[in-house]
Amino acid sequence: MVSILPLTLTNSTAHMRGKKLVGPVDYCLEAEGLTIVIGPNGAGKTTLLRLMHGLQRCSGGEVSWAVPAYDARQKQAFVFQSPIMMRRRVVDSLAYPLRLRGMAKAEARRNAQSCAARFGLEDLLDSWAPMLSGGEKQKLSLARALIIKPELLFLDEPCANLDGRATREIETILQTAKAESTRIVMSTHDMGQAKRLADDVIFMHKGRVHEEGGAERFFSIPITPEAKAFTNGDIVE
Amino acid sequence: MSGFWEAWLLIITLDPDLYEIIFLSLQVTVSAVIIASLIGLPMGAWLAVNRFRLRRYVIAVLNAFMGLPPVVVGLFVYMALSRAGPLGGFGLLFSPIAMVIAQVIIITPLIASISHQTIRDLWAEYHDLLISMNATRSQRIMALLWDGKRALLTATLAGFGRAIGEVGAIMIVGGNIEHATRVLTTAIALETGKGNFAFAMGLGLVLIALAVIINLLIHIISKTERARTW
Repeated sequence: MVSILPLTLTNSTAHMRGKKLVGPVDYCLEAEGLTIVIGPNGAGKTTLLRLMHGLQRCSGGEVSWAVPAYDARQKQAFVFQSPIMMRRRVVDSLAYPLRLRGMAKAEARRNAQSCAARFGLEDLLDSWAPMLSGGEKQKLSLARALIIKPELLFLDEPCANLDGRATREIETILQTAKAESTRIVMSTHDMGQAKRLADDVIFMHKGRVHEEGGAERFFSIPITPEAKAFTNGDIVE
Repeated sequence: MSGFWEAWLLIITLDPDLYEIIFLSLQVTVSAVIIASLIGLPMGAWLAVNRFRLRRYVIAVLNAFMGLPPVVVGLFVYMALSRAGPLGGFGLLFSPIAMVIAQVIIITPLIASISHQTIRDLWAEYHDLLISMNATRSQRIMALLWDGKRALLTATLAGFGRAIGEVGAIMIVGGNIEHATRVLTTAIALETGKGNFAFAMGLGLVLIALAVIINLLIHIISKTERARTW
């Protein structure tokens, strides 16, 4: 199977209504590991993920893949901070990405059922997705993203509104996905979570990749004063 | 009161003339609603999902067409279907098909406009998800129509409400011909013209009852307004 990675951002910028949100960014996302994107509010974490995934259009520079963009889009998924729930039952929500890929309804629903079992959602199969609790919604979002077995998974602060137990469940799922060779890029505000999960870190500040590198090095010896302050829990403006 | 009793008697004795009128009313209206929904719902969804240069103007015109005067529509359809008109060769004037055509023209903008507003809100909610899932344009429209189906029912029922009570256009293109194109509204207009106000009122009650029953049935079948459904 041809990998869609590396993903390369070359001098990439993103603007919204004339205001620069991110960039210029030069970054290469390699094929393995779990990358955590951290930084203060408004640093551009979400925009960077959206830019990489293709939800945010590049206003300058380039985002390129090892394969044509259409093929790359087919092999990645995105989990949003506020779960977007389709007005369907859980089983149909899970089956939907498979249906989009042309899978027959019965087969897609069978896959959805086994996927739900893996994610602990088997008792909720006939529940309406918008009626689930916050934690259940986020688990469903994650299951819906992983059901297509993406090569690359983006997560935008998936545990932002969850309690400790739900956060642990999500982290376990992510570690399993990583072990099954899913490349993960995730933004978070939670330094503890970043330390638990990260192989690599991207530290965003004022719309730019301020510092990046291996997690161990980043958390023990951050180079820039801003990264140092951020990892110490100081306020970075 | 005698007219009411007369109308009531006609209903319970299964008067064939009255039931013919009721069935034709339903036949014409339901056909028009189905055709207008097939056009209007995807049109509303398409307008919600797509961005193009004149989009705002198209939506403004569509909204304006919600208030199309039925007699003017009737006049245009009459001219189009009359012998000298471009579609005169089909011989459709003064037939139920002509009535359906007029009703479709009247209610399609209504259905499209209401569905556009419904789908626009749903699209704002689903936008990132469907783009992220790489759904094609037609897959997006299908998902929005499917997931918004209960809200879209309102659009369809609004179309039904307007069509079943419509009189101006179908009077012109249908001609109110007994046993051919006479429906409840045109029959009411005729009876009123003849001075049979009570009987006309009786028919009016039948019309209202019909509209209420159809709406209730559709709500029951589609399980709207039930807890924990979308």
